[in-house]
Amino acid sequence: MSEEDILQVTDVCKTFGGVQALLNVSFSVRGGEVFGIIGPNGSGKTTLINCITGFIKMDSGKVFYKGKDISNRPPNQIANLGVTRTFQIMRPYYSLPAYKNLVIPLFSPRARRTGGWRGGGKLGDRETVSIDILEEIGFERDSFVPYKLASSLPTGYLKRLELARCLALRPEIILCDEVFSGLSMSEIASMVPLIEKLQMDGITLVMIEHRLRELFRVATRVMVLNFGEKLTEGHPDDVMQDERVKQAYLGSEKLLDYTFEG
Amino acid sequence: MDILIYGIINSFSLALMAIGFTLVYGISRLPNFAHGAIYVITGFTVWWFLKKLHLNYFVAIPLALVLMGLLGAAIYRFVLIRVRGMATSEIIATYALGVAILEFLRWGGFKGMTYTLPVFIEGSITIGGVPVDFQRMIVIAIGIVVVTFMWLFTHFNKTGLALRGMAQDEHAAMMLGIDSDWMAVIAMGMGSILAGLSAIALLPLGNIVVEAGYNVLILSIAVCIVGGLGSWVGAILAAFMIGFLQIITVAYIQSHFQMVVALLAIIVTLILKPSGLFGRQKELEERV
Amino acid sequence: MNEQLTTTERRKERIDRGIKVRTEGIYAVSSWQEVAYLVLPRLILIVGLLLLPLLIPSLYWKRVISIAAIYALLALGFDFLAHFVGLVSLGGAFFIGVGGYTAALLNKSLGLPPALTIPMATLGGAIICTLLLLPALPLRGVYFAIVTLMYPLALMRIIEALNIFGGTDGILGVAGFPNRWIEQYLIIFMVIFALFGLRRLVNEDIGLVFRGVKDNDQAVRASGLSITLYKAIAVFIASGLGSLGGAYLSHIYMWSGISQFALDFSVIPIAATVIGGGGTLVGPLLGCFILVPISELLREFGTLRIVFYSVILVMFIMIRSEGIMVYAQRKYHQFERWVKV
Repeated sequence: MSEEDILQVTDVCKTFGGVQALLNVSFSVRGGEVFGIIGPNGSGKTTLINCITGFIKMDSGKVFYKGKDISNRPPNQIANLGVTRTFQIMRPYYSLPAYKNLVIPLFSPRARRTGGWRGGGKLGDRETVSIDILEEIGFERDSFVPYKLASSLPTGYLKRLELARCLALRPEIILCDEVFSGLSMSEIASMVPLIEKLQMDGITLVMIEHRLRELFRVATRVMVLNFGEKLTEGHPDDVMQDERVKQAYLGSEKLLDYTFEG
Repeated sequence: MDILIYGIINSFSLALMAIGFTLVYGISRLPNFAHGAIYVITGFTVWWFLKKLHLNYFVAIPLALVLMGLLGAAIYRFVLIRVRGMATSEIIATYALGVAILEFLRWGGFKGMTYTLPVFIEGSITIGGVPVDFQRMIVIAIGIVVVTFMWLFTHFNKTGLALRGMAQDEHAAMMLGIDSDWMAVIAMGMGSILAGLSAIALLPLGNIVVEAGYNVLILSIAVCIVGGLGSWVGAILAAFMIGFLQIITVAYIQSHFQMVVALLAIIVTLILKPSGLFGRQKELEERV
Repeated sequence: MNEQLTTTERRKERIDRGIKVRTEGIYAVSSWQEVAYLVLPRLILIVGLLLLPLLIPSLYWKRVISIAAIYALLALGFDFLAHFVGLVSLGGAFFIGVGGYTAALLNKSLGLPPALTIPMATLGGAIICTLLLLPALPLRGVYFAIVTLMYPLALMRIIEALNIFGGTDGILGVAGFPNRWIEQYLIIFMVIFALFGLRRLVNEDIGLVFRGVKDNDQAVRASGLSITLYKAIAVFIASGLGSLGGAYLSHIYMWSGISQFALDFSVIPIAATVIGGGGTLVGPLLGCFILVPISELLREFGTLRIVFYSVILVMFIMIRSEGIMVYAQRKYHQFERWVKV
């Protein structure tokens, strides 16, 4: 483990009933990079995130964050340390307007500790800070959008809201569970700059994705999971040349797309 | 030695009480807080059949059980089905129904020595120096029969297998064409029959009192929580654990502490291992 | 915002009255009429509650008002827990009993006057109840319901069996209030305070956290908040209200006994909430002031009263009724008209 490793995961195993969801998965993430996790459906990607962020207890294995052991800690503790995540099946507070969705994470000990967003303003008025954060991620400030009920927002905005929820915690690392899924091409095109901006702000990103082309635009390293085991990791180009990876994705259109792209 | 014998008897009694509750919860995720009420009302129904309608014992019992099954099914079909999925309302509804039934019986003046059910067989035998009346032996026998029947039913009968499927994974079962509402009706019906059966076995040992309704509810819930909500294997094991604990308490401390044991068992379980012995409730920890 | 119910040839249009701006909870108030519109219902409520004891001549019925107020504290707690935090408390009697016994014991053993026992019992009761309910808090809602159901029943039997705290007779000779007016009005002030306090609380940021815990607890955990902590805070508040009621009860009747764990205290708040309108806080309060007098009128029917409420409760749930206040609020905030299609 080098000094720059912000996240280190060692030998994570998890079984559900008779199914081995994860078997000895290990990897490290360097601070500031965009690390991708890919693999066919059912390969255990979401389970991995759940284990890292404390939503599921691992059978065995360890997770280190900046050298500290955070294995199996409660999820709210892990979030307060700066390790945040989005949910694949989105979980906004549907009955609340968008900006109020952010009041809740702003209530957390971490947000209260680190003070106002970008140093501006007392955190006494969480609603103002929410609107600021929403503007950062692309909700137009003067429009109706931040005030709309979350239940009436389209998917693109909801995905951004998920990220905003993480940003409210001033995270150091965001684990994104399929942020690109369910979005149209244009919506993804507008999400990518946001991802790049987050990275420029110094936030480490771990992204689970199916949309390989888009992921490879931002990710510097990827890891491939198949049936709960790590196949390989490395630069996207190298990884996609690996025979085993091709086997795992055999028949997948995305793979063909990619190779066609060259 | 007597601890062993009484322990076994008590354990089987608890198991009989609890199995109806855990069945309904396991299959349909419905905590039937009216369980105790059904227990008591079975007792009164059988009493009424015997004393007022002068029916034969062998007619009264099956008739009462069928009625109870229908009652349970009706509770689901007419009340619970409308609040399905809203956990808050489900709990309130079954609770209110249970209270309504029990308090109605209390108001109806059903108390006192006259309300008893006759034992099946008079007399007792001695086992290992401990006098055991036949009724209690019958409790054990019924207990064993019920457990065996449940196992066979859920493993070899089509409906039973469907119920087991529902219990394991509701959505998968629905995709296979199993109707979740119909299964719930059956589950409630069977749960009620089991509650009634336990009443018939146990009530002859004492009077029929309305308080028993609340006691049975608490004990059943205690057993189910310790065993794991929804697991009837767990319920049986838990029944034995709590059953023996209670008898030991009676022997070495005071007999009044029986309820305390149940209460403590629930609290300790919730603190140490909330999903109970065999709980499939991974949702407690892993729910993403 | 418009909502439409379609019938055969006409449709009902619901339009918000104009002063809502942008979204729920933000009002643009710019004239006396609009201020009055918002303030009037609240004023009527407060004035009504304060005038009530003056309008009722009979001493017996004046006491019924106090009892209704105590039930209202429980109902507020129930509504708050059930509809704002997602916890169903089946055992209001638990809070009353703990508060009642604590106050009685403080009074008899330590000789403290009601002025001290009531606040101490409120705080102490809240602490005791929260601690006892703590094991159920990290778990799914049904466990909380089970545990709250169990405690009053179990405690009743324990007190009876062990013959502690006065056993079946209870604790006699508890001090009463020094002044009839204090006894009458203190509780009414408490109820008003509790109502508006809770109202304020649920609209604060912490109220949003509670609602988050109810609707979406995984997201709350992912946002760095411990749901056990917030549930505990909510339970503390609700059990404090209930304990307050129990302590007050002990001093009204100058006696504390196991009947303070009785079923009435568990069932009536629930019935009042369902009938009065869950989620409004005012609804349960009104529900109590309706149900408790009815309960007194039906006193000779003994325990049939409880049957009566339970059945009504079930019926309300069955028809998915939203409750009186929710209906009333809807009518007040929107007006409907038939529009030809």
